[in-house]
Amino acid sequence: MYHKKECVAMLLAGGQGSRLYTLTEKTAKPAVPFGGKYRIIDFPLSNCVNSGIDTVGVLTQYQPLELNEYIGNGQAWDLDRTFGGVMVLPPYQGNKGADWYKGTANAIYQNLAFIDRYDPEYVLVLSGDHIYKMDYAAMLDFHKKKEADCTIAVLEVSLEEASRFGIMNTNDDNSVYEFEEKPKHPKSTKASMGIYIFNYKKLKQYLIDDENTEGSANDFGKNIIPNMLASGEKLFAYPFSGYWKDVGTISSLWEANMDLLGAKPVFNIHDRSWRIFSRTSAMPAQYLAPGSVTENAIISEGSEIAGTVRNSVLFHGVTVESGAVVENAVVMSGVTVKAGARVVNTIIAENTTVGAGAMIGDNQKPGDNITVLGSDLAIPAGMTIGGGLLINADKLSELV
Amino acid sequence: MSTTTGIIFSNLHDMSIADLTRRRTMASVPFGCRYRLVDFALSNMVNAGISDISVITHNNYRSLMDHLGSGKDWDLARRSGGLKILPPFITTNQGENNLYDTRLEALKNVQGFVADIKTDNVVLSDCDAICNIDLRSVIEYHTAEGADATCVVTRKTLTPDISEKYRLIYSNDSNDVTDVIAHPKKFSGEGDVLVNIWIFDRRYLQSALADASAHGYKSFTTDVILKNLGKHTIKVYHYDGYYASIDSMAGYFAVNMELLDAKTREALFKVKERPIYTKVRNSAPSKYVGGANVKNSLIADGCLIEGTVENSILFRGVHVGKGAIVKNSILFQDTQVLAGASINCVIADKNVVIRDGVILSGHPTMPFYIEKYKMI
Repeated sequence: MYHKKECVAMLLAGGQGSRLYTLTEKTAKPAVPFGGKYRIIDFPLSNCVNSGIDTVGVLTQYQPLELNEYIGNGQAWDLDRTFGGVMVLPPYQGNKGADWYKGTANAIYQNLAFIDRYDPEYVLVLSGDHIYKMDYAAMLDFHKKKEADCTIAVLEVSLEEASRFGIMNTNDDNSVYEFEEKPKHPKSTKASMGIYIFNYKKLKQYLIDDENTEGSANDFGKNIIPNMLASGEKLFAYPFSGYWKDVGTISSLWEANMDLLGAKPVFNIHDRSWRIFSRTSAMPAQYLAPGSVTENAIISEGSEIAGTVRNSVLFHGVTVESGAVVENAVVMSGVTVKAGARVVNTIIAENTTVGAGAMIGDNQKPGDNITVLGSDLAIPAGMTIGGGLLINADKLSELV
Repeated sequence: MSTTTGIIFSNLHDMSIADLTRRRTMASVPFGCRYRLVDFALSNMVNAGISDISVITHNNYRSLMDHLGSGKDWDLARRSGGLKILPPFITTNQGENNLYDTRLEALKNVQGFVADIKTDNVVLSDCDAICNIDLRSVIEYHTAEGADATCVVTRKTLTPDISEKYRLIYSNDSNDVTDVIAHPKKFSGEGDVLVNIWIFDRRYLQSALADASAHGYKSFTTDVILKNLGKHTIKVYHYDGYYASIDSMAGYFAVNMELLDAKTREALFKVKERPIYTKVRNSAPSKYVGGANVKNSLIADGCLIEGTVENSILFRGVHVGKGAIVKNSILFQDTQVLAGASINCVIADKNVVIRDGVILSGHPTMPFYIEKYKMI
């Protein structure tokens, strides 16, 4: 079966993630660092590998440089395969003209030739915006058992939240009879997770038809799914119960990082039966100095801690000098917090230096009013930056 | 620019730390939370632009092969050159007891391989030396001096109990080797000791090996080097950076503990243009929960710390349970110290379990060693 794959995954990684402000100024949302040594895209990629899916197309568009470099030949995820493996798919110029990806469906449409090479029965469509662990193989089994044309993973949400999601209204056997995008008065609480399995032949036809439809938004939620329902195709909702988090906002990104902390964390990344793979380089071990205090923390290699770290997630190569306090914070790689500085309720992006004695963030209530420091900044000694401020290079030069 | 091939001896000095090399080579002895000793020899070569490196093995080399893999972590998974492992070469009429004991015999064993080398120079390195050395400068010096062979030496104060593990190199003002004292017994005082890194002119190495073969020589220093002093240009290169050598279990313990000093970490791991590479594994970051109290310790990724850790070196995946106390200890990969246990001056090999409430103590000069997979 060398020239055939049963299931090919298409990972939509073009999102800008504009609500992450300065964190996505220079990089796409799926490349945003998470959890001490990962990037968001490590989760869907590792899920693929752990589910036995070895062919993944990664559709990029916005600021793809860092993402391309990170994925490389896919070796970190064991996706450097002779046939299959991971492939970065940017928009390209064809003989009928060039186009940016107009919508999620159009992105897949433009890469039908990629999928055709593997002659798959099924296509798994994923997004690179979520933190979760999921066995796609179990979902595929469900899809086959139901003889579905399309299966959509759904998560139970509260009735209040339901109006923020695409909601699947289902019969008792989980077949979908109606799909409502962000309904004002939701009839069900089954929210679409943006994870779809399609029978490829059906999907291809719907994508081609959709492309030929004037004025279509070329979007799965707005066009493809409603069209399939209207034509009487068999759509099923696959119930998922487990941790799933959209980290599209500063506060949800902060929360998801905090969910990793503790002896019995809300979300466990130390689970050896479902490992999350990431691309890392060899750095020496982390050093905790005689005066250091580490209470409820995640710390990565290459970090040097002489100060206090509480309820925080520290990436690799972070320095916390003596007398400095880092609390309820997410501190990305290469950051230095100088002596006596205080960082609370804050997300600091890569390679920023917080000067001695600086006071960053306010600590009235953890998770409220999160301060964000962008990458490669030098915060002057003694500077105070209050709660809820979003600081990038331009903002900082106004303040200094 | 001159071209260079690297050869690493994985098993020499195994007997210095017999406990740790019972099931592995000197090259694959774990060190400093996440490294194996071979990482220094390999990284030093790679950082000097050497991309054709062979590792000569002797016995117990499964763990070494597991660590090295395809060589990709050192950027040595190459279509041409790259990393090669040279396993023992035993012909039917030799018998299995005919494995080499010395560096020279090891080289004679792979003489066919050495004869095929076409680069200008060959670097020979053992795995007992822990240093981050700029080999490019050493090779440049060797080339500039037009030397047939150049050895790296460093100043060291020897004490009678360990002096036998070293070779003293004497040289004159123009850095010509004048005498070699191999394994001095009960020597006390300062001297230039061999770092066990040699740069050879390839042609000289090939002819010296052929000569040694013809004469049945056994020892590299006494038979090849000493007999040729004056006849060939044999130089010393004085290295004054950080150097530590694993010469005993107490020494192994002490050298690991030296990593708790920021200066040592800087000299070894934080040289910007010369990182030390190692096999990259996928461990989650380390986690500190509840009553974690960690002072002056180096901790690898993937650890879970709930107790007290002081002056210790923890490898990947170590678990220190609630109320457990770990002091002055080296805990290898996946070792567990369960709730309430208390240990001091212990070296625990991989996957050791120290059960609830157990109290163990060694002494810095005689660390208490626990074998792999033991439960106490």
